[in-house]
Amino acid sequence: MRRFAQVAGAVAWRSIHNVATNPAFLLPSIIFPMFFFVAFAGGLSNVGNVPGFDFPSGYTAFQFVFVLLQASAFGGVFTGFGIAADFERGFTRRLFLAAPSRTGIIAGYALSAWARATVVGVLLFVVGLATGMQVGGDGVDIVGLILLAYLVSLAATLFAAGVAMRLRTLQAGPAMQMPVFLVLFLAPVYVPLDLLAGWVHGVATVNPFTPLIESGRDFISGSAAPAAGAFAIAVALVAAFAWWAVRGLRRAEAAG
Amino acid sequence: MTQLPNGIEVEGLVREFKGGIRAVDGIDLRVEPGEIYGFLGPNGAGKSTTVLMLTTLLPPTAGSARVAGHDIVKEGPAVRQAIGAALQEAALDGLLTGRDHMRLQTALQGVPKAERRARGDALLERVGLADAADRKVAGYSGGMKRRLDLALALVHHPRILFLDEPTTGLDPQSRSDMWQEVARLAHEDGVTVFLTTQYLEEADVLADRIAIIDQGRIVARGTPDELKAEIGRPSLEVEPAEAGSLDEVAGVLARFGLPVTARPGAVAVRLRGSVDQLPEIVRAIDAEDIVLADFRLHAPTLDDVFLAKTGRKLEGGEPAAEPEVVPA
Amino acid sequence: MIEQILEMARRSVLQTLRQPALVIPPVIFPLVMMAINTGGLDAASNLPGFPADSYLDFAIAVPFIQGSLFACVNAGSALARDVESGFMKRLAMTPMQRAALLVGHLGGVMLVALASAVIYLVVGFAVGMDFPAGALGVPAILLLALLVALAFAGLGAFVGLRSGSGEAVQGFFPLFFVLLFLSSMSLPRPLIEQDWFRFIATYNPVSYLIEGIRSFIITGWDAEALALAFGIAIVIAVGGVAAAASALRTRLVRT
Repeated sequence: MRRFAQVAGAVAWRSIHNVATNPAFLLPSIIFPMFFFVAFAGGLSNVGNVPGFDFPSGYTAFQFVFVLLQASAFGGVFTGFGIAADFERGFTRRLFLAAPSRTGIIAGYALSAWARATVVGVLLFVVGLATGMQVGGDGVDIVGLILLAYLVSLAATLFAAGVAMRLRTLQAGPAMQMPVFLVLFLAPVYVPLDLLAGWVHGVATVNPFTPLIESGRDFISGSAAPAAGAFAIAVALVAAFAWWAVRGLRRAEAAG
Repeated sequence: MTQLPNGIEVEGLVREFKGGIRAVDGIDLRVEPGEIYGFLGPNGAGKSTTVLMLTTLLPPTAGSARVAGHDIVKEGPAVRQAIGAALQEAALDGLLTGRDHMRLQTALQGVPKAERRARGDALLERVGLADAADRKVAGYSGGMKRRLDLALALVHHPRILFLDEPTTGLDPQSRSDMWQEVARLAHEDGVTVFLTTQYLEEADVLADRIAIIDQGRIVARGTPDELKAEIGRPSLEVEPAEAGSLDEVAGVLARFGLPVTARPGAVAVRLRGSVDQLPEIVRAIDAEDIVLADFRLHAPTLDDVFLAKTGRKLEGGEPAAEPEVVPA
Repeated sequence: MIEQILEMARRSVLQTLRQPALVIPPVIFPLVMMAINTGGLDAASNLPGFPADSYLDFAIAVPFIQGSLFACVNAGSALARDVESGFMKRLAMTPMQRAALLVGHLGGVMLVALASAVIYLVVGFAVGMDFPAGALGVPAILLLALLVALAFAGLGAFVGLRSGSGEAVQGFFPLFFVLLFLSSMSLPRPLIEQDWFRFIATYNPVSYLIEGIRSFIITGWDAEALALAFGIAIVIAVGGVAAAASALRTRLVRT
């Protein structure tokens, strides 16, 4: 356990240090969510007036939750890009040689994704509040929302790590990005679930991301809806993708 | 300047870049029709800049040049019609096949439509790429790319061929194949070849005449033998098997040249004559019943020529970057 | 000259077809996004003043513009690659005229854009899109789509030639992406609530390009929308191609 923690800490430190000394690496993670927030909450705010759209905290808060979770998920994907790049440069070999616990390597990457998600999340909150976003939830609700965001970040990172470890090349980018993108957008992005139309409604109903985003919106609006189901799904996703990532790690080890 | 229809004449050519950097600082040279002219120099000496000017891709700042009898500034299109060039970058499109490249080049060069396919195939065959012709260039080896580059330069039967470091990065076999082809072009087809290189051996083996360029100026010119002879005679270093025979060896060698510094346990002389003396020297040593441990001939190289002219070695010296040609 | 143009166009088409990553995403991705957005934003068609009966009719115009964006990046990247690899020098050594290079290259990109536009139309019809412009509207909408693609491709070619760097061209993609979002892409301008957003959308030329294509599907023949769309597309196309030609003059240096 101690070795696992040591390795995780070291790998996380390296990733965080790289980003801290090259702020440009962080820019896409910040700019895209900001932009989506502005475009969706700003440009589509009238959608909140659609008949049947009853969200107590207003359209800005409605979109804020999606953008926050989207940013957390894409932060995980960007971390996956970094893992793929490390493979391509041969740096992972150095990690494999040196690290007494190789699963700690994955944990280290996940920790750095959390660090990224924290920075982006704080900035988003600041911008949201500055633009007059209404927050109906209390402190506990906001903690719940933040926990959800961290779980989404972890799930996405583990998914991307599993892909990166299997493909071991930067060309794996689209293979990480596309599935996450589709899962995020085949959900109640612009309107609540019951206002979705056609096949998108059907897909969103079974999409595991849907209960997460709905719970997040419940948190920010302070509604008393139970969140246990959403957290159970999030934890299940993390567990599934953790297995996926570790299997990927074994494949990478076997490939040499 | 007299006009050489298949030659190159350069007078006071200068190319200056931003910041006053003179990549080419007033060079004069003359390449006779049908010869292979080697342009030798370290990285950053001005070779590629010279080639870019002579192939009309970069206007000179001062001076003049005629290539194939045409002025490089005033008669650009006529120059380009008469020359072929394989420049430093292989400059190929990885998504096209060898045959696609041929098709494009023959069409752009104005080869009659009926002849394009045949000419392209013949050239691909000539450079040994017939089997790979329908593979995308991205999958070609470095040697294959260079060969395709050469074939493309020959599409319109140029009278003068410019080769800018044609074998850099190639393995010895590919390099040797390229040399053979270049020699054939010059000696059998009568093509004038202007070849830049940083490899002494390449210039020595291929070129009829050489100019050595350093920091934008020509520091030496002549045939390889003339240049080496300018520097000095070869030296011979002999090590007897028994240390006691050292004086005897020195006595024999003194008949053939003047003593020079040698390794401990050996004797060296700079020969009065040429390497033709070697059999005589061997017989003389043998006549004294001296047993040898080592027998070394040091012939001057072009590196020695460069060292004598510039105070630096040509190979393994500090590379200076040629200024990047950035559009204004 | 015609032959040179055809050869360069042929090469441009070959380059695109031989890189599946350049063919599939530009065609598939806009359609997928449209499908998602149509389902996700169908409720918006219930807003008072929404100009179409279904969000599909409103949204189908967007793939045409998104496809043009990809054309822009592809055009620019290919030319930047030619500069980086030295292929431009090879072309400079031939009697090929500069205009032939640009026209041929852009022509190839246009062919691919035309194929994409036809696919978008076919898909649109297949999923029940209205088309009040009638039979004559089909060539007209394709012509406008081509002009828009030419406009973006010209800009992309300019960036590619001027910078000589594929990375610089890729760097422009987010910029155009932003322009696309800050337009009447998702909602008609009168229904954009936020003043600042509506202001930007009103002065964003991309809004009018989308609205012009959209007008074939919602209105039929809307003279004002079409005049604005064609006018803006032509201005950007002429400007972009002129800028690209100027950049090519600098790249294809020869005496």
